[in-house]
Amino acid sequence: MLEIKNLHVKLEDEDKQILKGLDLTVEAGKVHAIMGPNGSGKSTLSYVLSGRDGYEVTDGSATLAGEDLLELEPEERAALGVFLAFQYPVEIPGVGNMTFLRTAVNAQRKARGEEELSAADFLKTIRAKAKELKIDADMLKRPVNVGFSGGEKKRNEILQMAMLEPKMCILDETDSGLDVDAMKLVAEGVNALRDEGRGFLVITHYQRLLDHIKPDVVHILANGRIVKTGGPELALEVENNGYAGILAEVA
Amino acid sequence: MALAEAKQSATEARLAEMSLPEGGCLGTARQAALSRVQTMGLPNRRDEYWKYTRPDTLTTGDVQKAAVFETGEAPMFDEFDRLQIVFVDGVYSAEQSDDLSLEGVQIDRIADICCKDIHWAKDLYGVLEARGQSPVQRPLAALNTAFAQDGVAIHVTGKPSKPINFVYIHSDEASDAILHHVIRVEPDAEATILENGPAASRFNKCMEIDIADTGKLHLVRAQGRDHERRAATHLFARLGTESVFKSFTLTVNGVLTRNEAVLELLGDDAIAHIAGACVGDGDFHHDDTVFITHDAVNCESRQVFKKVLRNGATGVFQGKILVKPDAQKTDGYQISQSLLLDDDSQFLAKPELEIYADDVACSHGSTSGAIDEEALFYLRSRGVPAGEATDLLTLAFLAEAVEEIEDGEIADAIVARLEGWLARRR
Repeated sequence: MLEIKNLHVKLEDEDKQILKGLDLTVEAGKVHAIMGPNGSGKSTLSYVLSGRDGYEVTDGSATLAGEDLLELEPEERAALGVFLAFQYPVEIPGVGNMTFLRTAVNAQRKARGEEELSAADFLKTIRAKAKELKIDADMLKRPVNVGFSGGEKKRNEILQMAMLEPKMCILDETDSGLDVDAMKLVAEGVNALRDEGRGFLVITHYQRLLDHIKPDVVHILANGRIVKTGGPELALEVENNGYAGILAEVA
Repeated sequence: MALAEAKQSATEARLAEMSLPEGGCLGTARQAALSRVQTMGLPNRRDEYWKYTRPDTLTTGDVQKAAVFETGEAPMFDEFDRLQIVFVDGVYSAEQSDDLSLEGVQIDRIADICCKDIHWAKDLYGVLEARGQSPVQRPLAALNTAFAQDGVAIHVTGKPSKPINFVYIHSDEASDAILHHVIRVEPDAEATILENGPAASRFNKCMEIDIADTGKLHLVRAQGRDHERRAATHLFARLGTESVFKSFTLTVNGVLTRNEAVLELLGDDAIAHIAGACVGDGDFHHDDTVFITHDAVNCESRQVFKKVLRNGATGVFQGKILVKPDAQKTDGYQISQSLLLDDDSQFLAKPELEIYADDVACSHGSTSGAIDEEALFYLRSRGVPAGEATDLLTLAFLAEAVEEIEDGEIADAIVARLEGWLARRR
């Protein structure tokens, strides 16, 4: 599904290399977790894949189902099936959550040459999905993320994911700022979307999210490269020994 | 103080080309206004109040030609049940207007009032304009009072079942229209006035609004969409106790627009909201100049002005709140913001507060900014194309001003038009 080869990325405005030859393959139907210390390049990876400005790819490639992602605009990547659940979802005053979601869903459908969803069908779908995530009607009416609590913002991200039905979901520190109950709710939302045709890349600092979203593969990212790959037990090792031990081991 | 020679000769030259319409019971008011113009002189670019907007094309005898713009869309407010009063190039059209009778209001043409000896409008015509000449002079308004060719007087005595809609049609590329309306709202009465259309190549409009205690007036106007038209408008409103005045203006296109509003809150607990949204592209200069005087206790005023500018468009905001010594518990709010869609456009703002009472809450803010890149990326990452995402954020920026329209259906109609215009220019 997602194939990243020898990816080198630097900041556009300064001479700072962040990703230094990253290789990663996420198969359809699998959940891959990426863990790593602060500054290892986790968020950069998520932004580069989703097409945010400010980064320059100096070498390597990233493809989704064979399509070169790096040449595409963010909206084109989204239409192909890339979805980034933001670490810090953006507040957009003046744009209603519902309007935003409907515009997004229909823009993607249009880009793929599919028919747009009627207002009635959209409403029916979103109400059902919002209910599962305990998102009330009021939250749907309010401006995007404005005045939402940390948990509400993250649930809203998962609602967007559920509505857009992407092929490749990237979750950037979705557990940050969540209490235990909120984390469970978000994890349930993610688990409900696990599907044979869908890949997940879960970026996190901590093992606790992975208690709820069970990964198939765990990678350790350090200094811009994947330094170790293993099963779920690798996350437990990080939890018990910290990154220092693993880094010393691979150094 | 004697006028500078240049100003005096320019003013005399202009006045020499004009003749006072027949006065009737408004004759005295017209004469008085004429002498105000002679005393003040017409504005020129040296005037402080015209520092950011060049008045020459608004004052000279020659009218700059302005092509009539075919929009190809239904007139604004067409979907609403309303009483239409149509002016073509500044002249009332009985043929295109609806019957002027409507329960709760009395509507008369200024041209008819001029033939009468007695009419209530006599006590309003030119009166608020004259009051509004201090502390800042507004010669174009006095010129209007003296020479207005047409207009209506509306006496709101009840709650009319539908809005009254002034429809201004521009049909002659060299038209020069001067319209003057007066509106009096009686206690407990309430009405909505809609205005739309470019009116003329050059349009000088004055509206005097007197709202008695507990009266309410809503004004929604859409100026546009001719590209080449010029307009100078003045709104004078006087508010009594517990009265409400809410005004919203949408401006799209037009090479030059100067909208002045002079509001006086004279009765306790009065509420005045004035808002504007404008979208300017290219050869576009839009100036909102507002002066609000609080002269009573516990009054509320809000000014919300938003401008979207691109391709070298210019936006101006001069807004002042004056709180007199006895106007305690005043709640004044003023915000003026521009969204600059490129590096060529500019926004000039002069927000002012002058407060003499000690127990008031007044705030003002003015900002200029570009599209929020974070928000833009967020929308695009969800699949919304850049152009559409920019439009969504642009509408969101204008929302605070549009929300000042109390009637949700009218607000929706305004937003729908804005959406269409933005999409077309993408």
